[in-house]
Amino acid sequence: MKKMIFGGTLLASLLSSAAVFATTPLTMWYHGAGNEVEKKILTGIIDDFNKSQGDFAVSLEQFPQKAYNDSVTAAAAAGKLPDIIDVDGPVMPGWAWAGYMAPLKIDAASYAKFLPGPIGKYNGQVYSVGLWDAAVAMVARKSVLDANGIRIPTVDKPWTGDEFEAVLQKLKASGKFEYPLDLGMAWTGEWYPYAFSPFLQSFGGDMVDRNGYKTADKVLNGEAGVKFGKWWQHLFKDKLAPGTSQSPADRDSGFTSGKYALSWNGNWAALGALKDHDDVVFLPAPDFGKGPKIGAASWQFGVSGSSKNQDGANKFIQFALQDKYLTAFSDGIGLIPPTPESAAASINYKQGGPMAVFFGLSKAQAVVRPVYPGYAVAAKVFEKALADLSNGSDVQGTLDAAADEITKDIEKNKGYTK
Amino acid sequence: MSTSTALRISKWRYVPLVLVAIIFIFPLEFMIMSSFKPGQQLLTDTNSFRAFLPVGDLSFQNYFDAFKRAPVALFVFNSIFITSCTLVMSLLLCSMAAFSFVFLEWRGRNTVLTVLLTTLIIPIEIIAVPLLLLVNNLPWVGLNGVTFGWLNSYHVQIIPFSADALSVYLFVQYFKDLPRELVEAARMEGANWWQIYLKVIMPLSGPVLATAAILKFLAMYNQFMWPLMSVQAEQYRPVMVGLQYFFQLNIAWGEIMAYLTLITVPVLAFYLLLQRAFIASIASTGIKG
Amino acid sequence: MATQRSNRLMNSPTTGWLMAFPATAVIFMFIIVPFLLGFYFSFTNQRLISPNPAEWVGTSNFHQLLDVSVLSLQPQRDPATNEIVKEADGSLTYPSVRSITRNNPDFPQYNGMKEWFSWTSGTTREVVVAKDVVFMKAMLNTFEFVFIVAPVQGGLALLLALMINQKLAGINIFRTIFFMPVVVSIVVVSLLWRFIYSGDNGLLNGMLSFLSFGTFKPVDWLGNPLTALPAIMVMSIWQAVGFHMVIWLSGLQTIPVSLYEAADIEGASNWQKFRFVTWPGLRNTAVLVLVVITMQAFTLFSQVQVMTAGGPLDATQTIVFQALDHGYAKQDISAGSAISVILFIIVISVSLLQRYLTREKTA
Repeated sequence: MKKMIFGGTLLASLLSSAAVFATTPLTMWYHGAGNEVEKKILTGIIDDFNKSQGDFAVSLEQFPQKAYNDSVTAAAAAGKLPDIIDVDGPVMPGWAWAGYMAPLKIDAASYAKFLPGPIGKYNGQVYSVGLWDAAVAMVARKSVLDANGIRIPTVDKPWTGDEFEAVLQKLKASGKFEYPLDLGMAWTGEWYPYAFSPFLQSFGGDMVDRNGYKTADKVLNGEAGVKFGKWWQHLFKDKLAPGTSQSPADRDSGFTSGKYALSWNGNWAALGALKDHDDVVFLPAPDFGKGPKIGAASWQFGVSGSSKNQDGANKFIQFALQDKYLTAFSDGIGLIPPTPESAAASINYKQGGPMAVFFGLSKAQAVVRPVYPGYAVAAKVFEKALADLSNGSDVQGTLDAAADEITKDIEKNKGYTK
Repeated sequence: MSTSTALRISKWRYVPLVLVAIIFIFPLEFMIMSSFKPGQQLLTDTNSFRAFLPVGDLSFQNYFDAFKRAPVALFVFNSIFITSCTLVMSLLLCSMAAFSFVFLEWRGRNTVLTVLLTTLIIPIEIIAVPLLLLVNNLPWVGLNGVTFGWLNSYHVQIIPFSADALSVYLFVQYFKDLPRELVEAARMEGANWWQIYLKVIMPLSGPVLATAAILKFLAMYNQFMWPLMSVQAEQYRPVMVGLQYFFQLNIAWGEIMAYLTLITVPVLAFYLLLQRAFIASIASTGIKG
Repeated sequence: MATQRSNRLMNSPTTGWLMAFPATAVIFMFIIVPFLLGFYFSFTNQRLISPNPAEWVGTSNFHQLLDVSVLSLQPQRDPATNEIVKEADGSLTYPSVRSITRNNPDFPQYNGMKEWFSWTSGTTREVVVAKDVVFMKAMLNTFEFVFIVAPVQGGLALLLALMINQKLAGINIFRTIFFMPVVVSIVVVSLLWRFIYSGDNGLLNGMLSFLSFGTFKPVDWLGNPLTALPAIMVMSIWQAVGFHMVIWLSGLQTIPVSLYEAADIEGASNWQKFRFVTWPGLRNTAVLVLVVITMQAFTLFSQVQVMTAGGPLDATQTIVFQALDHGYAKQDISAGSAISVILFIIVISVSLLQRYLTREKTA
């Protein structure tokens, strides 16, 4: 009997050491199904990584972006996560809190020069790093601005709230546009908190009180919040921007076809705008009192908490952070490369490039969305509040209800501490 | 009544039919027409009647692009495979059960039927998460022996739907309308229940089989939420999940229309196929007149 | 004697169970069991993703959804004279609802409630407060939807089925076309109907303007809280009527032709034929259609999700939409399950009522 156990143990250890010599497969999930360009770049990185060493081999599974979070949540509930996870910045704290993600164990130097947005920190630890950052800007055509005598704002001298109002009124009065401003209300979902909470922050409010993340009271529905709410509501009441009934077709084609004078849009759509008109400019956000603000943090890579190959996963992520890949992504999808070197090597973000202004914008004005595990709730509540306000609901009441709901959710989950 | 009057009345009968037909067909027309237009033009055309007209730059480009962007053939195959399997199983299981509920007498029959019918209310969205947790722990015997967890497979998309309350209800109500004398007569001649089911009732069930089939086909073919949750590997994805491939940051409307046109073809074909089953069964039944 | 013989012949417990077993097993395993599991979740604080295990909370989730109360607010009075204080324009001031419901130690039972609607009787302002106002609106909307759509859609479906049950050349083409909306994907349907309903230059506004010679002013159908739900109703009916038309049709086929021939011989009019031959023969189908339409109407979800996301101002919120909003979007599975249980109870009650009202009146 003892001989058999000994023999079995010997055999097992032989087999396991043999496994060490073989390549360990790593699974990776990415949100880019249907996107040719991202697929090519990512598989390129994966191929390079696999060829550069023999310990690990990464294989990719693509998911459609819109449904990515739902897929991962379902898979997580079933305990079927891959080794390397792609995660949207603000969603990361929730997954980290639930144990789906493990802190990254890569060389801090590899992201030391990064813009703050692509670094996913939670509870003092870095859980994810992204290969790009995304920003929002006011897209306009120089010819339109000149024709209406509108000053072109810069990062140092943006439009003030009052100036912005005057701009909109002037564009409306010109009679040439259906609406002076397109906010993209047709893009329901994460766009709302991402694109619009910076306005709230510029007024001095916020979705959640970031001192401890215990409540949303006073920050969302306080004086600053109400000022924001009233400003937001008047945009729709005074027909300065189309509201929730905007069709997605209009959002996609309205600026190009001249329906809208200004478009508050992300720089992933910028490439398209650049193609259609040759005098497109990207303007910074208006300053409503506390400085102009734009959103930050996009998709990032992390390691799954249940992965049995965390060192391999970490190795891959470290490998992917090289400047040449950052530039490749930026050139391909138009988003911001995180380091000055990769920006200088890119087509759109190098000195004098058409979108170079975004790099500076991101560095100066970007604010990440609230970093706490209950973000999914805050995002949905805030989105609904914005929609209701745009449809004419009572400002104080709507913001009160939203603040209450976010606060209640935090309390229900014991402050989201473990 | 003279022939010409009869003809005139006959032609008038078509008027309401045509009017209603126009109301019902225009989305399909819009979809097909748009699939031949480039994305930008499609969007601007949407704001006017041009949406329905074959104007502008027409070509098959959207179709080529759609095939490049997503494995369309794979998705269509998956959907047809999953839908067919579920369909066959469902027709068999539900008609058998309904037959038992209507023609056989056994204890507990009414209770079981009532309980089954109450599940009509429960939409898939409501039970999706618990169902996911459940199937994740079920065993399956496959080529690799016994494995646990049904995720990422065909059977996770087929078996939970291989019987449903609506199909059972359809069969029950239909069978209730069939003459019991036929069954009683066959019974008295010594036929066993399986023979009666196969040789007496099933041949008379053309219309309800066709109805149940088309409704089940549609329900399975248009499924989105469940495949999204239960399947993470691309090779098992059905068409509606595949549709999401086209909703990238820069939405490819033209390709979407082409894709939708492509995936609507099997459904239309199936429906047309069933149409003939409707007519054929009426001619062959012995209960009419 | 005959009854005894037929009982012996028809009674077959083994075969009966055997034939019903596979379908029953599938439905039990994959629908009933998960539902019971969800039922269990509704009494806990289960979250969709969380490191903490779920705890039992009893009926707390249900209270969170269903608690309703009425506050009687008295106008402000001058503390010295106890006279009612009036504003410059003569209106009265009342304490704000939020001062009572938000962490007020004197009124713990109202904590967390929000104002739903109010009216004034005399000098007292009566305010109805609820713990989850959006859910209340969702319930009302859903009921409104069911009570209008069920009869209208069922009736239209029957009309269509009668229309295509005629022996006309080429009737099959129409049969196919009438079913088209059911076949077309919801994405196309919603995109197209958004265009139809578009407030600026949509097809519907264009047509109405044309038909009224320009007197009709454009309406933002989906953006106006008053028209949003009716707009969704019309689109739902349009999309699903073919579905029920097919069911009616299969029922129509079971009516023996000989009955119609007999009626013709007796010189019956079309209306009489319908009333005395068709309608009685459709009895079972009618019950089926009614029950199915009602149940499906209660579960209105995808159209709302794609077209209005519950808005504007909660005008198109529905129960299932709320269940998924709470359970999936806001990751509170326990609340989502609680809503499912509430929905289940409502629909069971309604369908039991329906069965009672349509029961076979034995002679």
